Amino acid sequence: MDLYVQVLVSGLLLGGVYALISIGLNLIFGVVRIINFAHGEMVMLSMYLTFWLNHLYGLDPYLSVIIVLPVMFVFGVMFQRLVVQPILTTSATMKIFTTVGISLLLQNLALIFWKGDFRTVRTSYSMSSLEVLDIIISVPRLVAFGTALLSIIILYAFLKYTYVGKALRAIVEDHSVARLMGVGVEKHYWFAFGLGTMFTALGGVLLVPFSSVYPTVGVPFTLLAFVVVVLGGLGSMSGTFLAGLFIGCVESFGGTFVSPGLKEAIYFAIFILVLLVRPQGLFGKGKGTEEVGLK
Amino acid sequence: MLTIENIDCYYGDFQALRDVSMTVPEGQIVALLGPNASGKSTTLAAISGMLECPRGRISFDGKELNGAKVEKIVEMGIAHVPEGRKLFTTLTVLENLEMGAYTKRARAQVPETLERVYGLFPILKDRTNQMAGSLSGGEQQMCAIARGLMAQPRLLMIDEMSLGLSPILAKQMFEMVKQIADMGVTILLVEQQVNHTMKIAHMAYIMEKGHIVMSGPTAEIAGNEHVKKAYLGM
Repeated sequence: MDLYVQVLVSGLLLGGVYALISIGLNLIFGVVRIINFAHGEMVMLSMYLTFWLNHLYGLDPYLSVIIVLPVMFVFGVMFQRLVVQPILTTSATMKIFTTVGISLLLQNLALIFWKGDFRTVRTSYSMSSLEVLDIIISVPRLVAFGTALLSIIILYAFLKYTYVGKALRAIVEDHSVARLMGVGVEKHYWFAFGLGTMFTALGGVLLVPFSSVYPTVGVPFTLLAFVVVVLGGLGSMSGTFLAGLFIGCVESFGGTFVSPGLKEAIYFAIFILVLLVRPQGLFGKGKGTEEVGLK
Repeated sequence: MLTIENIDCYYGDFQALRDVSMTVPEGQIVALLGPNASGKSTTLAAISGMLECPRGRISFDGKELNGAKVEKIVEMGIAHVPEGRKLFTTLTVLENLEMGAYTKRARAQVPETLERVYGLFPILKDRTNQMAGSLSGGEQQMCAIARGLMAQPRLLMIDEMSLGLSPILAKQMFEMVKQIADMGVTILLVEQQVNHTMKIAHMAYIMEKGHIVMSGPTAEIAGNEHVKKAYLGM
């Protein structure tokens, strides 16, 4: 019994970070309507940035957010401005080619400049853990989960209560009517891309204390984030969060009871099954909810 | 107040407007009539800056609108209530109204404008926190017009307001429009519901195939049997 609870707790903790990374994608996809295949590379870049800040200046990974988050926000804005905006009105294929190309470019630049080595950050708390009722909880994973949950709540409140957040939700639903209201849609695209990248980057930073950094570390995250966003229902923040936890648990149980090498195969199998039964995702409001917006 | 001189507009290769000229004098209700796909909505899109016109000139209070961004045009005092309401259905009524007041000038005065708008449409006050998608057709149209008014426009353009409304509801909406005009807002009304429109409008323009075929004071147009038969189906 204890084993099951232990595996469940590990899955939930990891799922929180998955949710955070996926919520960044959901925001970008919902507002800007671009399928960004370089999403995982945002995770990779933020992890490297955190690693180098620690390696060169001894900055604690958690403290490095004060540098990593603004830098990645600006990176996201520039990405939207220079890469996405020029192709926004072109076909879906064009967008896929472009973002896949950027993804490969970033991976290989990382390989050239930072080599293929697996790099890790050692902190005093990297290996520390708590024991609660015979369940072992890793401290950095708990911090990651808590921070992810808090950030998602903050993002939710931001979208719900601020003027800019409401405008973003309006753009998700109908960007041309939002424009008619006097909303400067392009500026909001930049902002949404920056914000989405920032949340994704935060996910990356939180992973650093317990994962290695290498040029292709982001690759699985692109697919994972898509699975989470689609499962959760496109445009649904709460759905993305729950789907993130779900995938974390699937990975954790699959890795423990089946085989660690098959954990991705397992969640993809579940993903396909869910889509066969509920094409709108587990928490989508109904058919065609991708056109409805953030809830 | 609004002057359009000889504009041409295209959707790709298709010419939607040909040499359209019209004026909307301050304080009046001006109607733009005509059959489906005659270019009425395109004319509104050209005014609000959603569509660029390669030829011709549009000016508002003597200031040229050509090439100006949509948000700039809203800021200058032109609000556009699009055809089919186009509310943000997943936002509440209040959030929709707040979106209407997005420009800097309007945003500073949301509480005052909101009170005025709720005064005009008391039903919206009862629906404040309801999702706009859950409103009835008539309420949605009221919400759409209210959202337009939130921008504190001097010129309010309403596209096919009566579409899909019951005759009684449509009649009420036309009375509302008259009331809004009495508050000093100039109105450009695109309509297919000719009877009611002719009653409240001061002037009318009739379009066909992207071209203005007839214009003048409504009394004059309504008195012309040929026009009524040929263009207005009355």
